[in-house]
Amino acid sequence: MKIDKELIKRVSNNARLNLTEKEIEEFIPQFKDILNVFSKISEVNTDNVKVSIHPIEIKNSMREDIPEKCITQEDALKNTKHKKDGYFKGPAAV
Amino acid sequence: MNPKDVLKECENINKEYNYFNTIASDAKEGSGKLKGYYISVKDCICVKDMETTSGSEILKGYKPIFNATIIDKIIKEGGSIIGKTTQDEFGFGSFNVNTKNIPKNPFDKTRTCGGSSGGAAGITQKASFKHIAIAESTGGSIACPASFCGIIGFTPTYGLVSRYGLLDYANSLDKIGIMAKNINDVELMFNIIKGHDKKDSTSLNLELNKDTKIKKIGVIKETLNVDPEIKDLILSKLDDYELVSLPSVEKYSLATYYILAMAEASTNLAKYCGMRYGMHEELKGNFNEYFSKVRSNFFGKEAKRRVILGTFTRMAGYRDAYYLKAAKVRTLIINEYKKAFKKYDLLVSPTMPIIAPKFSEIDKLTPLENYMMDIMTVGPNLAGLPHISLNAGFKDKMPVGIMFIADHLNDNKLIEVGKKWEI
Repeated sequence: MKIDKELIKRVSNNARLNLTEKEIEEFIPQFKDILNVFSKISEVNTDNVKVSIHPIEIKNSMREDIPEKCITQEDALKNTKHKKDGYFKGPAAV
Repeated sequence: MNPKDVLKECENINKEYNYFNTIASDAKEGSGKLKGYYISVKDCICVKDMETTSGSEILKGYKPIFNATIIDKIIKEGGSIIGKTTQDEFGFGSFNVNTKNIPKNPFDKTRTCGGSSGGAAGITQKASFKHIAIAESTGGSIACPASFCGIIGFTPTYGLVSRYGLLDYANSLDKIGIMAKNINDVELMFNIIKGHDKKDSTSLNLELNKDTKIKKIGVIKETLNVDPEIKDLILSKLDDYELVSLPSVEKYSLATYYILAMAEASTNLAKYCGMRYGMHEELKGNFNEYFSKVRSNFFGKEAKRRVILGTFTRMAGYRDAYYLKAAKVRTLIINEYKKAFKKYDLLVSPTMPIIAPKFSEIDKLTPLENYMMDIMTVGPNLAGLPHISLNAGFKDKMPVGIMFIADHLNDNKLIEVGKKWEI
């Protein structure tokens, strides 16, 4: 697999990160190094092996569907600078 | 010591060592099992109205409107919260250098405290008052700094302690745990914070194994390939043991851990975009341009590195080879541990392959060389196994940690070892 400027730009764009040219140049050899070690797991035979999403079996725990007290609108907006008329104000979506 | 003097001491220590991102303006004395105890909290755990940044610039100014479940439990038992301890940004690091506020080792200020719960370990070693630290481990963030600072670091079985109110790094790996100077304090706090929480969907509703007898100990052979002085020190502390080989853990746990941890981190960090909390920019451009601008300006370099690598391992065309493959290898690693626990009550290794390095040495390491330092701790974390790091002695006047690992839900065996250790 080729780790080049184009791939890093494509992935960082997906991750909503703008990298500088300097950052990209720095990341290329580092990612080659790291992905080389990551690729080591390809040699493991995992035929008929199930995935472990968690390290220990987790049973679905569902709450009763009963309305409970929730946070106030004022509290929900406490940590944002961008608000208007009791709502979050965001960037243009269209 | 009264609360005012405790906070004064924290401020004085902080000036020299950087163990706190925030120190409480007052600490109330309560009543209950934690009466008289002062509790520091790693900065990735929500304390109502106290700035909580997880060591990241992107969360500067964020004050949670609620307490994490464990904080409510601590306050209910009379514990006084004294502040938020320094850490690597979102837990991304082994030396606590991936953040602005870098803690210094209590034994030598030119060296690291270890990471990512560096501040928690440092204040645990330095505090002259009755103190317990709440820390968090994803791949070794409790054991590593405990080893480097010469204190006890206890990481419970995955799911035993509620994660509600924890700023996630990697949901399938994160565990809230405890640091203290003596094992009775660890036990006291563990009994308070453990237990099922309906607010955390991964919280276990299972009983701990009551049998705490330790009959057989296995030392993990592959982990003895370290500095001979560290190896000799660890083995000299054990009366009776056998060597046990865990080849898959040794060969594949590092890669498996980092693939899964980065994949999960890259999705968890998607919520930081300058909208609801933390740092904001002027609302300009479309939503993609705005989110990208905030994230690019306020995430540190290691966070960017992990978000990009984690996004990559989940992308179409690469997901099967990395993310899904790693989730399968994780099963084989868990099985290898489980097989060993059929024969041994506890497994042992050095906590870290080295003593706390100097900052000047860390500067020279590549990212991969940094990750390699976690070789001892990623295995038990990947398998969600409880583990404890205890001080085994000193090399070059710096502490060396020994790590005991138990099977799931056998956390009390580790408390038992800690008690014997102190006798």
